[in-house]
Amino acid sequence: MEEIITLDYGSGGKKTSSLIEEILLPKFDNSKLNELMDGAVLKSKGRIAFSTDSFVVSPYFFPGGDIGKLAVCGTVNDLLMCGAIPRYLSLSFIIEEGFKIEHLKKIVNSISETAKECGIEIVTGDTKVVEKGKGDGIYINTSGIGFMEIEGYAKARINDGDVVIVTGNVGDHGVAVMSARNGFFLDTDLKSDCMPLTNLAKTIFKYGREVKIMRDPTRGGLATTLNEFVEGTEFSIELIEKDVPIAQNVFTACEILGIDPLYSANEGKIVLIASKDIAEDLVKDIKNLPEGKNAAIIGKVTSNHKGLVVLKTPIGGSRILNKLTGAQLPRIC
Amino acid sequence: MQLKINPSEVKDIVEFIKNYDKRKIKIMEVCGTHTMSIAKSGIKTILPENIKLISGPGCPVCVTAINRIDEILTLSQNPKVLIATFGDMLKVPGSRQGFNLATLKSMGAKVEVVYSAMDAISIAENNPDFEVVFLGIGFETTAPGTAVAIKEAKERNIKNFSVFSMHKFVEPALRALLDSKEIEIDAFICPGHVSTILGIKGFRFLADDYKKPSVISGFEPEDILTAIYKIIMQFEKNIAIIENEYMRIVTLEGNEFAQRIMEDVFEPVDDIWRGIGIIPKSGMGIKDTYCDFDTVKRFDIKLDFKDKLTICKCGDIIKGKIEPKECSLFAKLCSPENPIGPCMVSSEGACAAYYKYLRF
Repeated sequence: MEEIITLDYGSGGKKTSSLIEEILLPKFDNSKLNELMDGAVLKSKGRIAFSTDSFVVSPYFFPGGDIGKLAVCGTVNDLLMCGAIPRYLSLSFIIEEGFKIEHLKKIVNSISETAKECGIEIVTGDTKVVEKGKGDGIYINTSGIGFMEIEGYAKARINDGDVVIVTGNVGDHGVAVMSARNGFFLDTDLKSDCMPLTNLAKTIFKYGREVKIMRDPTRGGLATTLNEFVEGTEFSIELIEKDVPIAQNVFTACEILGIDPLYSANEGKIVLIASKDIAEDLVKDIKNLPEGKNAAIIGKVTSNHKGLVVLKTPIGGSRILNKLTGAQLPRIC
Repeated sequence: MQLKINPSEVKDIVEFIKNYDKRKIKIMEVCGTHTMSIAKSGIKTILPENIKLISGPGCPVCVTAINRIDEILTLSQNPKVLIATFGDMLKVPGSRQGFNLATLKSMGAKVEVVYSAMDAISIAENNPDFEVVFLGIGFETTAPGTAVAIKEAKERNIKNFSVFSMHKFVEPALRALLDSKEIEIDAFICPGHVSTILGIKGFRFLADDYKKPSVISGFEPEDILTAIYKIIMQFEKNIAIIENEYMRIVTLEGNEFAQRIMEDVFEPVDDIWRGIGIIPKSGMGIKDTYCDFDTVKRFDIKLDFKDKLTICKCGDIIKGKIEPKECSLFAKLCSPENPIGPCMVSSEGACAAYYKYLRF
C-alpha cells in the first residue's frame, strides 16, 4: 500500500518524530534546527527585515515549480524587495490526511534545494495534520528574516522623469497555474517563472538610492503593482504597451483564456522605478544575468494624470490601467 | 505585444483619421463588445474633435427593462425555482435599491451561473426537484443557442426546464432610434457577432432605407479603425452603402442554420427596452409549439410594460444621447463595485468601459 499521511503524523507523538527525523531533518540539516527546541535562537547584525506568507496554490505541482519551491521563493523574494539579504526561514505545513508521503518528500526536496540556492537556512518549523476533507492536500506557511542591505525604497522618492523597468517577461506564473489547473495547453511549454530573485536584487542593490522602489509583481500582476507605486502620489506612470515583454505562448494563452497578461501573476520578476540617468546601465547589468535577459524599460513617470497608470496602446491611443478589480483567479500562490 | 495587421497600414489609417477635419461625423457603434474594444485600445483618445463615436443599444443586459429585472427577482423568491443565468445579470439592480440576484442568492435564492442554455438543461436534469428557469438574454447572437436548448428540452421531454425569453432583435431598435430623430446619427459600425448570424443582408436597411454609411466590423482595434476609415471614405465619395470589414467571418447570407432554428422557436412580439420603451415586434417570444418551455406561461407571469422611473441615466446612455460621464451618478454613487444601473454592471456596458479605461 502506498504510504500516506495519517492524523498520527500531526499528533506530536512518535509518528511526528519519525516525520521530522526521517523526512525533514536530513534535508534541512543545520545546527539551529538540529537542536529541535521550541524555537530557534539566532544571531543578527543590525536591522532586520521580517516577512511571512502562506501558500495554498492549486495544483501543488505545476509546470516550472511546486508549492515547496514557491513557499521558499515567495518569502525570500519579499525580503529582497525590502532591501534585505534573506538568512533564516521558518516552515510550517498543514497537511490533509491521506496526502501521499511520496508527494511530501518531493515537496520537501524542492524546499531544500531552493533554500540552498538562496543561501537561506530553515531554522524552525511545525507540522499539523487535518482530517480528510478539511484541507486540500497541503498548505505551507513560511516566515523569513533578512539582514538589511539597503534601506529607503519608498514611493515618496519617485520623481517626474524616472523610468519603469521590468526584469523579464510578464504573466508566466498565473497562466501556467491556470492552464495546469484546467488541463489546458498541456502540450505547450508554458511554465511558471517561480524562482528566487536573489541575483537580480543584488544587482539592483548596487545602484543604491538611484533605485526608488521595487517590488515583485505577484497577485494582480504588473498592472496592480504599478498602480500601487503611484497611488496617492503626485505622479503617474505612462506604460508603453508594445515595450512590455510578454512571451508569445503566454500572449496566445491569455487571448484564448480571456485574461490580460498585465494582470497575470509573476513569481520571478521585479518591477522597479529608477532615475533616468542610470536606467540604461542598470538594464544592461540585469540583461547580463540569465534570468534578466528579457529586461526592458517599459515606461516613465510623468505628472500628467496624478495617481494613475496610463497605458499607451500600440495604435497610439491611451487608456487607464487600473488595479485588478473583481474576481481574480483564486489560489495562484 | 503584436499587432494583428500590417503595422505600417495601421499607422497610415491612424494618421489619416487623426488629420481628417473636413466634416463632423457622428458614428454609432451598436455592439457592446465594440464599446469595450474602443475604450481598451484608446481609439477615442486619437479621434479628432469632429469625429465622435457614440455607444448604441447593443449591450444585452443594459437594454433589459427594469420591469423584467423586478419580475426575475420576484420569481427567484419561489422556493421551487432555480435561476440559471449568464453572470452579467447577477448584479443588475431591480427597482428596490440594493436587491439583485447576487444579494438574493446570499439570502437563500437558488441562482446558478451558466455559460450557455445547454448548461441550464444539465442543471435541470441534476436537480429534478427544482424548476430551472434560464434567463434568455441577448440578440441574434445568443438566441440561436437558447433555441437549440428549447428544442433539445422538448425532444428529451425535460419537464423542469423553461426559458424566460428576453431575447431581442437588433433591427427594430435601430429603426426606432433613427425614426425617433431624438438623436443625430450619421453612420454605423455594425455588430460583428450579430452579422455572423444575420449576414451582410441583415444590416442593408441602414443604407437602403436610411442612407447611413455602415460598416460591419470585427473587434480588434485595427478592425474598428479600418471601419472608421471606410465610413469617412463613404462620406468623401458621397455614398451610403453597407460594407463588410469583417470578411474573415461574416458572409452575405449569414448562418442560415442559426436563422432557421431561431425562426422555428421564436416569433416577434412587442417588447420593452430600457430607455427606449415599447418597440413593436422587437422581442423574441417563444412560439406556442414550445409553450411548455416558456417561463412566462408556466408561472403565469403578467408582464409589465409600464414605463418605470429609474434613478440612473442608463436609458439615455443606451440611446447614445449622453455619455456616461454626463450621468450625475457616474463614478460617484455608481461604480462597478456598487452599480446603480446595468450599463455599469455589464462587462459590455458603456459606463463600465468608461469607468475602467477612460476616467482620466
